[in-house]
Order: sequence, then C-alpha cells, then structure tokens
Amino acid sequence: MSATTKKIIYALSAIALFLLPFLIEDFRVFQVNLVLIYAIAILGLNILTGYGGQISLGHGAFYALGAYTSAVLISQFGMSSYLTIPISGVVCLVLGVLMGFPALRLAGHYLALATFALAIAVPQLLKYKGIEHWTGGVQGIVLEKPTPPFQFELFGNELSEDRWLYFVILAIALGLFWMAHNLLSGRVGRAIMAIREQPTAAAALGVNLTFVKTATFGLSAAYTGIAGALSALAVAYIAPDSFPAFLSISLLVGVVVGGLGSISGAIFGALFIQFVPNVADEISKSAPWAVYGAMLLALAYAAPNGVMGILKNIKKRRQA
Amino acid sequence: MNKKLNRFGILISSAVLAFSGLSASAQPYDTGATDKEIKIGNTNPYSGPFSAYGSFGKAQAGYFKMINDQGGINGRKINFITVDDGFSPPKTLEQARKLVEQEKVLFFFAPLGTAPNSAIHKYMNQKKMPHLFVQTGASKWGDPKNFPWTMGWQPNYISEGKVFAQAILDNQPNAKIAIIYQNDDSGKDLLAGIEAGLGAKKDMLVARETYETTDPTVDSQIVKLKASGADVVIHGSGPKFAAQGIKKVAELGWKPTQYVWQVSSSIGGVLAPAGIENTIGVITSAFFKDPSDPQWKDDKAMLEYQEWFNKYMSGSDPTDGFYIQGYINAQTVAHVIKQAGNNLTRANIMKQAASINDLKLSLLLPGVNVQTSATDFYPIERMQLARFDGKAWVLFGKTYGD
Repeated sequence: MSATTKKIIYALSAIALFLLPFLIEDFRVFQVNLVLIYAIAILGLNILTGYGGQISLGHGAFYALGAYTSAVLISQFGMSSYLTIPISGVVCLVLGVLMGFPALRLAGHYLALATFALAIAVPQLLKYKGIEHWTGGVQGIVLEKPTPPFQFELFGNELSEDRWLYFVILAIALGLFWMAHNLLSGRVGRAIMAIREQPTAAAALGVNLTFVKTATFGLSAAYTGIAGALSALAVAYIAPDSFPAFLSISLLVGVVVGGLGSISGAIFGALFIQFVPNVADEISKSAPWAVYGAMLLALAYAAPNGVMGILKNIKKRRQA
Repeated sequence: MNKKLNRFGILISSAVLAFSGLSASAQPYDTGATDKEIKIGNTNPYSGPFSAYGSFGKAQAGYFKMINDQGGINGRKINFITVDDGFSPPKTLEQARKLVEQEKVLFFFAPLGTAPNSAIHKYMNQKKMPHLFVQTGASKWGDPKNFPWTMGWQPNYISEGKVFAQAILDNQPNAKIAIIYQNDDSGKDLLAGIEAGLGAKKDMLVARETYETTDPTVDSQIVKLKASGADVVIHGSGPKFAAQGIKKVAELGWKPTQYVWQVSSSIGGVLAPAGIENTIGVITSAFFKDPSDPQWKDDKAMLEYQEWFNKYMSGSDPTDGFYIQGYINAQTVAHVIKQAGNNLTRANIMKQAASINDLKLSLLLPGVNVQTSATDFYPIERMQLARFDGKAWVLFGKTYGD
C-alpha cells in the first residue's frame, strides 16, 4: 500500500468513526460504547495473558475496582467524571503491581487460581458494611451521566449523553490502543515476550524479570481499571452484582476469541462477549448458555488462533 | 318543515362527524399500542446463578399466551417480550433500552431483582415509561413523589415487619421481642416495619442482633438474644441462617414463640435442616395460595391454575412458588390493561395502575387484595400468618396489613 492510499484509508475511517453514532439509534450507541469499553479491558488482559503468558482469571476484580473508584469519587467527593478515569487507572496500576508480586512466584495454573480468588472475593468484599457508606452496599451507587458540553444535530440526531460519551470513550480507547501498540512493538514488548518464551534466557540477556513481570501486571490492571471506570459512566449505576466472577471468565473468553497476543483482536473479542449472549438468548430461553457454549466450541474449532488468526491466514494466502 | 329538519339533521351529523374525526386524530395511543396489539417489555434472569427466578418470567409468558388464545384483552393481543439479563445490572439496562428504544414497547412490566431494577429505575422515569409491578421485595419501589413511573407489587419487607408487629400486639400484648436480622437493606426494612407496627409500644423490642452473610454461624447472636429474657424471637435471616437460628434456639432449651419471614419459609430449605421437631409452632407470613398446600386441593382458582399449568407450563415443577407469583402478577397487569380500555397512553396506564381499588385475585389468600392510589405505590400489603404443624404451614388468624 502506498503512503497516499494509507492516508486516504485513515481519513475515511476517521470520518466513519465520527459519523457512526449519528447514523444509529441511541441505544445502539450505548451498545457500541460497551463494546469499546470491553475492548479496552480485553486489551489489558491480553497484554498480560497474550504477550506476557500469565493467565489471570481475576481481571473482573480490577474492572470492578476501577468502576467503584470512579463512582465513589464522583458520588462522595463530587469530583468531575473525566478526572476520575485516570485516577481509577492509577489505583488499579498500584493494585496490579501489588498483585504482580505473588505472580512472580506463582506460575501457570497456580497464578490462574490466585487471581480467580480475587475475582470471587471482590463482589463480596464490596458489600462489606465497613465501607457501605461509600459503596452503597448491595444497593450500589446511582450516577449521573456526563452531559455533553455543547449541542448540535446531525442527520436529525442530537448529540445525546450516549453520543457524547461515545466520543469520550473512543478518544480514550484510541489513545490506549496506540500506547499499547507502541509499547509492545518496541523493546519493552520484546522483553515481555522473551519472558513468556524463555524466562531463564531472558534473564541471562539482562531483562529484569521482577520489574518487567510486575510492571506488566500493573499495566494490564490499569487498562482494565480504566475500562471499569468508563463502564460506570456509561451504565450510570454500579452494584456488586454488576461484577460477578463470571465477568473475569468473559474477559478471558474475549482475549482468546480475538486472538492471543494481538492488539486489534480485542475489538473482535469485545464484539463476541457483548453480542453473542444476546444472540444465544434469542435462540433459546431455556438454555442460553448451552447455545453460547456451542458457539464458543465452534469458534475454537474453526479458528484456533482467534479471529485475528483467521485474518492473518487470509492475508498470507493472498500474498502467496 | 321537512327541509328544515333535514338541514338540522345534516348539521348534527356533520357535527358528529367532525367530533369523531377529532377524536380519531387525537389517537389515544402511545408507541407500542395499536388496535391489534400491545407490546410489553420485561427482563428476567434466564441464565446465571439466579436463573431459578426465571420461573417468574416463564409463568408470565405462559399467562399471556393463554390470554391471547382467548382473544386478548379488549380485542388486542399481548406481545410480551421477555429477555435474559442474567441478573447483571449493566445487561438489564442494555436489554431494557433495546426494548424501549428499538422494540418500542408500550410499558415495562415485572423486571426481576433489586439490583437489576435499580439500574433502570432512573432511566424508566426519565423516559416516562411505566415500570410496573417490579418483582422485588425492597421498599424503594413505592416512591411516587420521586419516581412517579415505578411501582412495586409484592409485600415489601416493611409491610411484613408491620404484620408481625400487629400480630404480636394481638396475640401476646406483653411480649418481650428479640430480633436477629441480616445486616442489609432487606433486614433493616423488616426492623423498620416492626418498629413502625409497634408504634408507641416500641419498648417491647428488647434485643436486636445482626449478622453478615459472610458469618459462619449465628450461634453467638442467638445466645445473646436468649440472655435478654425475650419470649418472642423474629428471624429476619436468610434461609441458611434462619435454619441455624431455629436449631440453636432448640439446643439452648429455649422455648420462645418464633417468627420467620416469608423469604425463609421453605420447608425443604429451612425447616428440614433446622430439624423438623424443632420447628413445630414456628410462624411465618403468606399472601398467596401455595400450590403444594393440600388445603387448596379442590379450590376453584387452584384447579384453574393447575389446568393452565398443565397446558402452558408442561414439564415444569408445579410446586415451584415462583410460577404462581408470576401468574398472579400477570393477572394484576391484565386488570390494568383492561381498565385502560382504548386509551392506551403511558400516562393512562400509569393512572390505572395507581387507582386499583380493592382488587381481589382468586389465587391470593382470602382477605388479601391489591390496592393502590396516587400516593400508595405498594399494591399488596396484606398478609396472613401460618403456623408449621410438622408437615405443612397452616393458616390462622385474621388478615393483617393496610
């Protein structure tokens, strides 16, 4: 592809992304927002699992903590919604680094179990009465959606709260994807992957295992925490029931469906965990998860390396 | 003369025409209602850890199927669109918005669960969308001042607390009452109801203990309650803890009158684990006819219910109490739709829901009714007490509640 065609493609995609929310109904915009949010969370987990080779079954916990950090700061301290997003990221970064220390000693399945413990503990801890005046206990916290700072109409659709939030989320998502891309295709990314493949060899080559492993965990948790904070804004309500242990599994499903170790795969993973349960429910009310399971199996069989695996194969065949 | 009369006639008929033309153009329909159909939205947990509650939605779907087979309500079929939310609040909001904004339902009916309903509470009120007869026992659904489009249905925990208080005042006016309750909104609501019901005699409440769902047992709390010298114990505890509590009371050789709230009145889930011999004489409250209770075996309403069940719910468990509650709730909304007649605007649906006057549904216990007003958004508030005789709950005494 020549440089000009690339530029044209970028310009067209930018226009498409700008127009998209005005071409669809408000509630569809809300769904697109959820997809973008899941994509950020999945990307975070993919940094850890796909690139770092460490399995986490507990990222739902960071998602929940990000959401709660943001919601508590808004409802209790009257902080601006936008300001709470980076704070949630930092809080989860710190917690992620702390969680990264045991991760140094626990490998493979043991790490999966340790993080799973986090996933099942957090929803219950959120109900703890000592923090109830902040978290609202089982009743959760009701939030106001951020209102758009200005008004205009396009194709007869006004810039609603959901559409405004779409642009906020899109900007953050693009920034985070760009950052992940730069980070993972450079020195740091090579160090992370070297540890995944051969930790001993990586250490011998001068990679600081302790630092890189904990930093990967922290970064991954920060991404997922930011996604959680955005979900609190998009849904405008959070409760412990919003973050069941199953959420962590869903995120992992998203990573695998999209493709391990692939940045753009996160989008496909997010589309899967957002829409396939809805489709499953439409097919069968009595056993929606059986339908979901069947679809997952079919996908695992047809695309063992995720959606990105298929796309790569198609590209290869064309070039061949 | 003839000519004059003719002219007069023309004048009248044209006036009538103009008038009917006017009323036709006024179209007393909101989106979701037509001459042929009324669209109703609903969410239920058909998947996930709370999927047992999905029985509510299945029963409602079955009820509307029967209504449609019989020709619908006022000539309109009911298109009941019920979708899965897995008891996840974000999913509830997403599904509810899909039903409101895309499927364009006339109103929302009986979504299940406290947290899922909290997620759509504000949304429904902003959209001025009737959010009727929500299926949860929390007390916050009856707040017409702040949330004029949301209404509860089943007796909430405050009403139940009041019923217990009134019954104790009637039967043991000099009782000393001890209560153990779950330290969350449901338990606190129950306590608030008891205190309100006792009114000036609040001193009768001599001991209160709470527990957390994470506690291993409630043994130490029961020991403290006994030390207070109380002769009535109210168990406002979840099923597992109610069973532990009743068992501990027996182990201590203590013989108070024991009340257990409806949530923990399952014979298999609570009384059996507590030891059946320890539970004889325990009192609970009820508001609908239990399909597994032999006393309703030949009851006309129950026979009709069983017939419907066999036809529309075949293969399901007929003793599951969730089905019958879903069925009665659907009957309530069918009444509202019938009352709304041909004026199918959201405002009128809400107005009809808020003016139900002493509606007797035959599957509710005799004496229990549905009653609402512009300031009373708690449809069912009456309950009757039942005592366990070692085999079944036996109803006794009068009906309590407003």
